[in-house]
Amino acid sequence: MATHATPAMNFEPGRNPGVTIPQVDPTTFYDAKGEHHPEGSTMLGFWLYLMSDCLIFAALFATYAVVGRNYAAGPSPKDLFDLPLVALNTSMLLFSSITYGFAMLEMEKGDLSRVQIWLAVTGLFGLAFVGLELYEFHHLIHEGATPQRSAFLSAFFTLVGTHGLHVSLGIVWLVTLMAQVHKRGLVPENKRRLLCLSMFWHFLDVIWIGVFTFVYLMGVLQ
Amino acid sequence: MVPNESMPVKTLRTLALLPLFGLLSGCNMVLMQPSGDIAARQRDLILASTGLMLLIIIPVIAFTLLFAWRYRVSNTKAEYDPDWHHSTQLEVLIWSAPLVIVIALGALTWISTHTLDPYRPLSRLDADRPLPAGVKPLSVEVVALDWKWLFFYPDQGIATVNELVAPVDVPISFKITSATVMNSFFIPALAGQIYAMAGMETKLHAVINKAGTYEGLSANYSGSGFSRMNFKFHGLDQAGFDQWVAKVKAEGKPLDRQSYLALEKPSEREPVRYFSTVENGLYSAVLNMCAVPGKMCMNEMMHIDAMGGAGKESHGNRERLEYDNRYAEQGVEAPAATVGGSGRESHSREQPEGMKPKSIAPDVKPDSAPEHSGHDHAGHDHAGHGGPAGDGKDSKGSDPIAPGQLNR
Amino acid sequence: MFSNPDLQKLLFGRLTLDAVPLHEPILLITFAMVGLGGVAVLGALTYFRLWGPLWRDWFTSVDHKKIGIMYIVLALVMLLRGFADALMMRAQQAMAFGPNEGYLPPHHYDQIFTAHGVIMIFFVAMPLVTGLMNFVVPLQIGARDVAFPFLNNFSFWMTVSGAVTVMASLFVGEFARTGWLAYPPLSGPAMSPGVGVDYYIWALQIAGIGTLLSGINLIATIVKMRAPGMTMMKMPVFTWTALCTNILIVAAFPILTAVLALLSLDRYVGTHFFSNDLGGNPMMYVNLVWIWGHPEVYILILPAFGVFSEIVSTFSSKRLFGYASMVYATVVITILSYLVWLHHFFTMGSGSSVNSFFGITTMIISIPTGAKIFNWLFTMYKGRIRFEVPMLWTVGFMVTFVIGGMTGVLLAVPPADFVLHNSLFLIAHFHNVIIGGVLFGMLAGITYWFPKAFGFKLDDFWGKVSFWFWLTGFWVAFMPLYVLGLMGVTRRVQHFDDPSLQIWFIIAAFGAVLILCGIASFAITLVVSVLRREQLRDTTGDPWGGRTLEWATSSPPPDYNFAFTPVIHDHDAWWDMKKRGYARPMQGFQAIHMPKSTAAGIILGVLSIVFAFAMIWYIWWLAAFSFAAIAVVAIGHTFNYNRDFYIPADEVVRTEGQRTALLAERV
Repeated sequence: MATHATPAMNFEPGRNPGVTIPQVDPTTFYDAKGEHHPEGSTMLGFWLYLMSDCLIFAALFATYAVVGRNYAAGPSPKDLFDLPLVALNTSMLLFSSITYGFAMLEMEKGDLSRVQIWLAVTGLFGLAFVGLELYEFHHLIHEGATPQRSAFLSAFFTLVGTHGLHVSLGIVWLVTLMAQVHKRGLVPENKRRLLCLSMFWHFLDVIWIGVFTFVYLMGVLQ
Repeated sequence: MVPNESMPVKTLRTLALLPLFGLLSGCNMVLMQPSGDIAARQRDLILASTGLMLLIIIPVIAFTLLFAWRYRVSNTKAEYDPDWHHSTQLEVLIWSAPLVIVIALGALTWISTHTLDPYRPLSRLDADRPLPAGVKPLSVEVVALDWKWLFFYPDQGIATVNELVAPVDVPISFKITSATVMNSFFIPALAGQIYAMAGMETKLHAVINKAGTYEGLSANYSGSGFSRMNFKFHGLDQAGFDQWVAKVKAEGKPLDRQSYLALEKPSEREPVRYFSTVENGLYSAVLNMCAVPGKMCMNEMMHIDAMGGAGKESHGNRERLEYDNRYAEQGVEAPAATVGGSGRESHSREQPEGMKPKSIAPDVKPDSAPEHSGHDHAGHDHAGHGGPAGDGKDSKGSDPIAPGQLNR
Repeated sequence: MFSNPDLQKLLFGRLTLDAVPLHEPILLITFAMVGLGGVAVLGALTYFRLWGPLWRDWFTSVDHKKIGIMYIVLALVMLLRGFADALMMRAQQAMAFGPNEGYLPPHHYDQIFTAHGVIMIFFVAMPLVTGLMNFVVPLQIGARDVAFPFLNNFSFWMTVSGAVTVMASLFVGEFARTGWLAYPPLSGPAMSPGVGVDYYIWALQIAGIGTLLSGINLIATIVKMRAPGMTMMKMPVFTWTALCTNILIVAAFPILTAVLALLSLDRYVGTHFFSNDLGGNPMMYVNLVWIWGHPEVYILILPAFGVFSEIVSTFSSKRLFGYASMVYATVVITILSYLVWLHHFFTMGSGSSVNSFFGITTMIISIPTGAKIFNWLFTMYKGRIRFEVPMLWTVGFMVTFVIGGMTGVLLAVPPADFVLHNSLFLIAHFHNVIIGGVLFGMLAGITYWFPKAFGFKLDDFWGKVSFWFWLTGFWVAFMPLYVLGLMGVTRRVQHFDDPSLQIWFIIAAFGAVLILCGIASFAITLVVSVLRREQLRDTTGDPWGGRTLEWATSSPPPDYNFAFTPVIHDHDAWWDMKKRGYARPMQGFQAIHMPKSTAAGIILGVLSIVFAFAMIWYIWWLAAFSFAAIAVVAIGHTFNYNRDFYIPADEVVRTEGQRTALLAERV
């Protein structure tokens, strides 16, 4: 039977390279024991997603760089930004990254309840960040500095708002994960998801450092 | 290109012409037989580049067909070597042959892009004549409107719609902007195109070497009336040009802001119009998007922005800077409105407001090119007094656009 | 509909009866045809009791092979729509001269050329490419599925949702009148009020999510799931091009997402990114959209290059010439494709140094591309070329594509571009590379891998008829456009005055009819092949004397692709196996771990259509409702941990036994 798969059957006359080599050990060509298991691709896949998300932010940063000084005879960063408030806001996000780190350490130890506590703390810091950002937006709009006022404000609200939207999404995800961890414990799937969210959360931190530097600091200090 | 390069260019041109010859004789390829020096040099560049590339393209096609035929399966006499898959010499050849062509083409590109830069003032009238000393270029300011072209002649103090006239062998310096969406200013016989964009000014330098009437058009799609946004470009001798200027001054009406704002409203198949005088600073106001009284000019805004903005208490500036909302304010249909914003039913045959149905519209482009005397233009001019927007409205009797047409 | 306008607005947004083109005969007939066709298909499905199998085995399937096939079916259906648009444009331009206004008023014609471009690129070329990669790549690398099988199903349904959204604009409302890239300010809220551009934005955003996720998926698949022994430099060339294409997708589509999001903000919120006034900058849109748009060109063409590489070596019965330089050329093209975007708008008035830089980088791309052409040429050299249909497409491609490449380099010379930009010469150029390159490649690929997917070859005669109609049709349709471009005729024009142009448009329209015959012959090929499937049956799994791993398994492959993971020693792994006396394993089968089907993808797809429709028509309650539903379904899906199962060993034994019997029959 096995001979049916020898070269002769698949080669028509004229396209046969004319080579007949004696049989080799068949296991040369396949994994007979089923030992091969592809490694998990989730981390790579999620990393690729983060890079593509990073490009969205890159486009928004580029947009801000192009139109960030088009105030349309209106207010400029100096007139609008309240650095102490933003610094407080930044610290909320930085703290949340640290507390997420603690959650991951507890996950390594396998301490379920502490993981949940640290995740909850992270979520609260995240909520504080989003809350402060909404307060800032509300204040700006109240002063007439709306996204419709100038290209600078359009780009500002979009860049900062997109980041805020990501953080909000992260919070929803965090709550979902807490429910899943509660339901099933620290199973491999949940550990993998916690790792993904961890990358996402730290990624948002890094983006925020960029926002804080390029938008707020350089805006006020220029 | 430059005279000392003309030998290889000519050889290449002949090379490139061979396959094109049959087609060339068949029709009027204006890009291949232009009448202005810039366009002629662009033509030479096209032919030279094509020739260079054919050096590699023709052998590739020939070898493809040859190998396909020679190594067909039924030809058992041909050599068969199933494991032959590498040859260092051939690899070097297949990477270096295109490389050599690209180096040549790259050099040609670098030089020609700089010499034919539309922003660069001309250095010659044509291949044989350098620019005479002290010649003053004809200055023309071009504005793309919804679906017509407005030409200002600042030195002559006149303006025209849909008719551009220039003396032969005098450099022309165009400044180009748009009062609406992006268009592209293109006279194929004269020179390459360049975009016309609102609030921005592009430049083009060119010269026409042969008297005649040529097509001009917008090359970039700009909404409903785009297909009819054509004009005639006339190359005249100096005396003819002076006569034409005198005629415009005699027959034209004055162009002030009010008449400009009426003219600006969307309309298509616009007849030629003459304006004997132009209000001071009108082109600059159009360029800076402040032709409407009370609006803030863009250059003023940019100055304020460069100084660090106008602070928090500057709410009033917003309204003074709004520009794109004028279709809604004037109650005319926007250039690319669709259902929900147009007041028309979906896919209806009803023409948008401002468009002239064929039956009443004068033909801007008669089949036979008219003499450049301009008699017929005068006739159109009279017909057009009422202002372009009115015509469309009367003829279709369509309802005014509902305020709901805005997206917000 | 309602006496109370406020209530109507609340319930239906800006959707009114005016949005349905009841008075437009072309659309009514189309609608009637689509409706009748739809009823017929639905009736047939019900009559033959196919709903269950269709739902279980296809719509909810996470099998990469089935998803790949569904992508291609979607592309072929959308090709009919896109080509109908093309015929309408050719007819309008062939008749609208002088006093004759043609049959399409400008605002209808404008929608047609916009829809044609959008559909052909996003909903024909992209699904063809994605579908082929989906089907072939896991088989070529010896994997059982892609890295994220559910994501794959979800990506497909997002692409379908985008396509359905575009199609909906035909019957409810109108499509954009802006050209396929929707340059602002024309596409902004002031110049394009109404639903057209909103249809455009949401269709592309939704389909774009699918494309991006499928890009991530295939990269992870290729990087992580190759069979043991398959190093990067032993990957089949098609897999290489697929890898590069997906890297381009992941690195380019986020830019499109971002730029369309900014345009939506301008339209929905009233921001000033791309407006003329208040500091907006329309040229920023043009730059950003082409930073996506130029890599997009290579996203489409690279897999076609991969297909040709496979075909030329298979049908020459010869190893591919210059494998390494082919790979390097692909990688160089991938990188360079990000450095050329400005050549799409030399006429914007950038400085001459900037223009020459982008012109020269564009020319440099022609070097690796040229190297590829030479590699195919020398693969044919000293080969034994069998002119079956896929090989015909390949030779047709080589001859046609070099012309398109040449005119492309010509357009990269900035001063030449000043006269050729926006002209029909440009149109002829990119149809020359997209039809002569991408489409020929995809049709070649479909013909080549069809027996792998369905177990029988496509009919040879009708395949050849289709090829010759396509080839001559292409030349007849687009050579006149080159000429017209040189006559100074520009694109997107609905009516002409100069009667001397008409003859060229009539020739072009005739060419389009020839292409129509090509499409019809392709449809006939499919029908005839299904009818003659017993004669055309491929029992070996290797009908062409193939060289890569996909030919090592049966046609069609079992759900698990390979009973045992193959081990690779050389590129052209299957050729190597055949040469060195590979024997098919007959025993020792084990249970195989596989992903489970799920309906989440199609549900999310349907909800996305509802969301898009609600956003387009300002039906805010429905938008909020459908958005919430999407969130609930997506989150709910993550609570499902039961996503995989084992194909029991005795079922594997049974499947493999059947194949053994089939192989024995043939001898």
